[in-house]
Amino acid sequence: MPKITIDGTEHEVDAGMTILQACEQAGKEVPRFCYHDRLSIAGNCRMCLVQMERSPKPVASCAMPVADGMVVYTDTPEVKKMRQGVMEFLLINHPLDCPICDQGGECDLQDQAMAYGMDHGRYKENKRAVEDKHMGPLIKTIMTRCIHCTRCVRFSTEVAGVTDMGLIGRGENAEIVTYLDQAVSSELSGNVIDLCPVGALTSKPYAFAARPWELKKTESVDVSDAQGCAIRVDSRGPEVMRVLPRLNEDVNEEWISDKTRYCVDGLKRQRLDQPYVRVKGKLQPATWPEAFAAVAKAIKGKQGSEIAAIAGDLADCESMLVLKELMVGLGSTNMDCRQDGSKVDPAQRASYIFNSTIAGIEDADALLIVGANPRWEAPVLNARIRKRYLMGKFPIAAIGPAIDLSYPVDWLGEDADILAQIAAGTHPFAEILKTAERPMIIVGSGAVARPDGAAVLGLARQAADAAGAVTADWNGFNVLQRAASRVGGLDLGFVPGEGGMDTGRILDGAATGAVKVIYLLGADEIDTKDLDKPFVIYQGHHGDAGAHVADVILPGAAYTEKDATYVNLEGRVQRGQLAVYPPGDAREDWKIIRALSDTLNATLPYTTLADVRRGLVKANPVFQGIDDIQAAPWGEFGTTGEVSGAFTYPIANFYMTDPISRASATMAECTDEILGGGEGKTGTDG
Amino acid sequence: MNIEQPSSFAFSAENLEKAKWHIAKYPDGRQQSAVMPLLDLAQRQNGGWIPQAAIEVIADMLDMASIRVYEVATFYTMYNLKPVGKHFVQVCTNLPCWLRGSDQIMAACKKVTGCSNGETSADGDFTVLEVECLGACVNAPMMQIGDDYYEDLDSATTEEVLTALKAGQKPKVGSQSGRYTCEPAGGITTLTDRYPDRAAKAGGDD
Amino acid sequence: MLADKDRIFTNIYGFDSPWLDGARARGDWDGTNKLIELGRDKIIDEMKESGLRGRGGAGFPTGVKWSFMPKEIGTRPHYLVINADEGEPGTCKDREIMRSEPHKLIEGALVASFAMGAHAAYCYVRGEFHHEIDCLQRAVDEAYEAGLIGDDACGTGWKFDFYVHSGAGAYICGEETSLIESLEGKKGQPRLKPPFPAGVGVWGCPTTVNNVESIAVAPTILRRGADWFSGIGRPNNVGTKLFNISGHVNQPCTVEEEMGIPLKELIERHAGGVRGGWDNLLCVIPGGASVPVLPKSICDDVLMDFDSLREQRSGLGTAAVMVMDKSTDVIKAIARLSAFYKHESCGQCTPCREGTGWMARVMQRMVSGDAHIDEIDTLEEVTRQVEGHTICALGDAAAWPIQGLIRHFRPEMEKRILDNIARRSAAE
Repeated sequence: MPKITIDGTEHEVDAGMTILQACEQAGKEVPRFCYHDRLSIAGNCRMCLVQMERSPKPVASCAMPVADGMVVYTDTPEVKKMRQGVMEFLLINHPLDCPICDQGGECDLQDQAMAYGMDHGRYKENKRAVEDKHMGPLIKTIMTRCIHCTRCVRFSTEVAGVTDMGLIGRGENAEIVTYLDQAVSSELSGNVIDLCPVGALTSKPYAFAARPWELKKTESVDVSDAQGCAIRVDSRGPEVMRVLPRLNEDVNEEWISDKTRYCVDGLKRQRLDQPYVRVKGKLQPATWPEAFAAVAKAIKGKQGSEIAAIAGDLADCESMLVLKELMVGLGSTNMDCRQDGSKVDPAQRASYIFNSTIAGIEDADALLIVGANPRWEAPVLNARIRKRYLMGKFPIAAIGPAIDLSYPVDWLGEDADILAQIAAGTHPFAEILKTAERPMIIVGSGAVARPDGAAVLGLARQAADAAGAVTADWNGFNVLQRAASRVGGLDLGFVPGEGGMDTGRILDGAATGAVKVIYLLGADEIDTKDLDKPFVIYQGHHGDAGAHVADVILPGAAYTEKDATYVNLEGRVQRGQLAVYPPGDAREDWKIIRALSDTLNATLPYTTLADVRRGLVKANPVFQGIDDIQAAPWGEFGTTGEVSGAFTYPIANFYMTDPISRASATMAECTDEILGGGEGKTGTDG
Repeated sequence: MNIEQPSSFAFSAENLEKAKWHIAKYPDGRQQSAVMPLLDLAQRQNGGWIPQAAIEVIADMLDMASIRVYEVATFYTMYNLKPVGKHFVQVCTNLPCWLRGSDQIMAACKKVTGCSNGETSADGDFTVLEVECLGACVNAPMMQIGDDYYEDLDSATTEEVLTALKAGQKPKVGSQSGRYTCEPAGGITTLTDRYPDRAAKAGGDD
Repeated sequence: MLADKDRIFTNIYGFDSPWLDGARARGDWDGTNKLIELGRDKIIDEMKESGLRGRGGAGFPTGVKWSFMPKEIGTRPHYLVINADEGEPGTCKDREIMRSEPHKLIEGALVASFAMGAHAAYCYVRGEFHHEIDCLQRAVDEAYEAGLIGDDACGTGWKFDFYVHSGAGAYICGEETSLIESLEGKKGQPRLKPPFPAGVGVWGCPTTVNNVESIAVAPTILRRGADWFSGIGRPNNVGTKLFNISGHVNQPCTVEEEMGIPLKELIERHAGGVRGGWDNLLCVIPGGASVPVLPKSICDDVLMDFDSLREQRSGLGTAAVMVMDKSTDVIKAIARLSAFYKHESCGQCTPCREGTGWMARVMQRMVSGDAHIDEIDTLEEVTRQVEGHTICALGDAAAWPIQGLIRHFRPEMEKRILDNIARRSAAE
């Protein structure tokens, strides 16, 4: 390990580090604008200059690899002067519009100017003005503020894998643009806002909405897909103002998808903020006691087998546990958390989680994607696949309709039968998986929700076994769940009990009249056409599909409005936190069910959230380890049988997949502008 | 780019061959290296400027993103992204040319073409542009029209060259003062053994 | 003065045929196979011993540069890249080589490539040199036709290809890493070093970038011997050199002379003297736009080589001598160069992108005198803030001419400002 002397103290650092990284490790702060540890090194801002012995010129510490015996100074008057010089250059053409800049208060340039800025300007010429650019509905540009660090270009090219952004022209006339002023065609585009060290790229929907210091910051997790990205919910009063990513190396590094970031305006629209009861065919506002009485009346005299419950994609674990126990109390085993009819095996945890883990993608050395569009089903996870691709030597093949996943893919065909060939070892890609040390198979949630989903699941398991993908320290079998509730629901057993009906049979039963009362816990993505017959209780936060067919509406809390547990697709137990209170009479979901249980004379033994969480641990010990994942034991799952027919992808519109994003005006704009035209269209129409 | 863009662009058969010749200069998989010659071909084919459609055609041909081609097209000064006159007159006004009267050359251009720096004549015959050093400093002042250098200019010879072009003639390229290339105007001071007749005063026959 | 027998570029004025017959008659391609048979090490040693310093401006020893290439050819091919992106104001020597002596360049490329284990050379010629590109390409075609280059270059069994690549108008591409970027089909923005081109150059392969003149003189040096070349000029500043003399001289010209020739002799003997006589001289920029200007007092006896000019806080650069007589507004002259650097800054790094614009605008005001006296100091500080803080040397190049101006012509600048103030107050 090389030894390097920084400001007179010797440090031993890893070979291959840059001086800047070594300085950081040594606790020496080095200012920077262009450098970002997840992007390639540009070395263009020159803010990180340090002095180095035996070097006639100062060196850009972000770009200079350490070498044994280097002697570096970061705190001399000369270094300070250099940085002041660079800062002055950055400021001469930067507008003095901090008071109206949305970056104000969280601006790198502003912060560094406190340390290295001069108290007066020496530049007497006119400042440069740059025309603003159109970058779509999400990114607002004030390009006069741009300092040409190119973080946004590097992010979009390297991490997001799209080639929309560039730096055109040269010299002081160089400008950041998107090609032909098109919207950035990436599901991760909003991250450039966080990366922009100044106020050149800011959030369009959040423009002029708030100042950072007036926001309450709540650390939470995202529910817009099953990845469980770490987020910070910024709120003011009762309003969620914005969502930002939080660092979680294992899950999302520091990225979030545009849906995660921008769907939150949907939290203010179409909200269910009071109970409703259907009277003479029309939903009428009601009080909680009236709503509960209506439920009690409907359930009274019904057999347990005539009652059923389905949990939706955003349901939290606490409410699912409490609802499950209520159903048991009512004598029903008809319940399912798999709205989509997924054939994953609740008894085999390995059959429904992402066993390799998200971070584990970086250790894999071959990948087969089966009937999944990770770019839309888990965009940040998809970026991790791309990251692995960029590291090299990573053959990727996929079965399904060919789409642009942001990395090259060998498209083997669309038919499920190809999976059978790979499982049987008769397909050439089987050999690639077999020779790989850590092969990975990602099965789409849509692929195992087909009528032959159980057989697809079985074949995928066989393919994994045949490839040697499951060893003592590696499990390459993965299901790419896309609903935040799914793994938690399966873990806590929100699935048909003894003789119970699954989602498909519940809906069939509703049509035939066998199911007379049906409890929808935020279930909006089911086929509601036959739900006019049974008595429908809808508990949720948005006036979406479920609420439309409801006989009683119990207004619940959205994910930003409750302390709740979710298990992400890897099986990682995570906690979301209440940022704002539910609107109006809406309440946290487990409490609603707990209160209802009183009315139904099936009182549940929970009075506090801690009680419920103890119940979760009792239901499944995995709930004990918060932020943890436990490897799932490997076993037999899936069935053997014929599979045939092309895979299709379950998401028709990335921007609208749940009641919140469907209510979001921003997501509607994205749908129009980014998916609307032929140009820039990505993924699939389903 | 607020100019009328053609809806499509395709290389002529001849230029397609030239494009292939350029691409073949570079190692396999490095076809991006040909982007500059291909932009040049497109510009020549399209009457002196590169339309958007050509950028996309070239991006396709070289397996590049359009934005990367666009970046290149905006970085280098020889690419015109909007139409220019039939005769693209570039007058060097950098120091060696300025010291020897490039201001007068610009004035002569204005006189004949009506164009000041950056302007195109109404008839579309001329665009006049001040440019940076064109690398013919011992033959200053000079200008480049199209591909050709006109050197050792003064007001009169500049006017002559432009007037000839305007009349559809092809003026003699190179030195306008009778020098052969970059030798001293009064005759060579070196290599006199080899070229004794050039050592005589006032060399400069061609 | 250099004797004619010691001149390398015997057809620099193009009086003879530049083509293969003419080139052969001048001694090019004569026994090239024997040069190659010297072997890689011997060629490099000979080049080192010759003392040839790079002719592109920086003056780095050419043989030493060649020796930086990996000894063995690994999985990555080696490349020679020839820098013919001649754009330093005042400089027009490579142009003459390409149009009048192209075979010297091609032969030199073969020898240099062989010495560095390269099977291909790319010559990056500035795009404006349309005619020169045609000439060079024609000579390349001739050389292929004659078997001098190609699969069995000169019958040595060495495969060697020579490609001409055209630039498109960007001074910065004369910087070697920027040139490499451009050759790869990108914007010409300089790369960070390390890694250096000898390790990671064009297309990620070991690469040496040499100036046209450095390559073109190599065959003659090898034929006539290192001793011959190093015997010309002064120690550490040896050999012959193409000088371009432009500006206020009676006969601007290009001439091959020995290194270390006194500036005054160079101007008077070859360029017909300063317009109006030596005493009418105001100043000279001795090495292309990026080196500081020298006032007459220094020009009187300064020698034209790397070390002498460095001692005078200027530089030999490309040996492009720009002469200004007393009629010159030297502030305006330097302001013109500042405008040039602003125009040519690639925009990548902060000090250059912002600093060149700042300097150019202040210089513009210095021309009219519309400034405060203390702004001269500010301007000087700004040049220091740019110098040494950028990715490539363009920042330095933009700073030095202004520093030279302030160093030698500060009284003129002050007078301009005071005159302007006086004029304005008179008008009020």
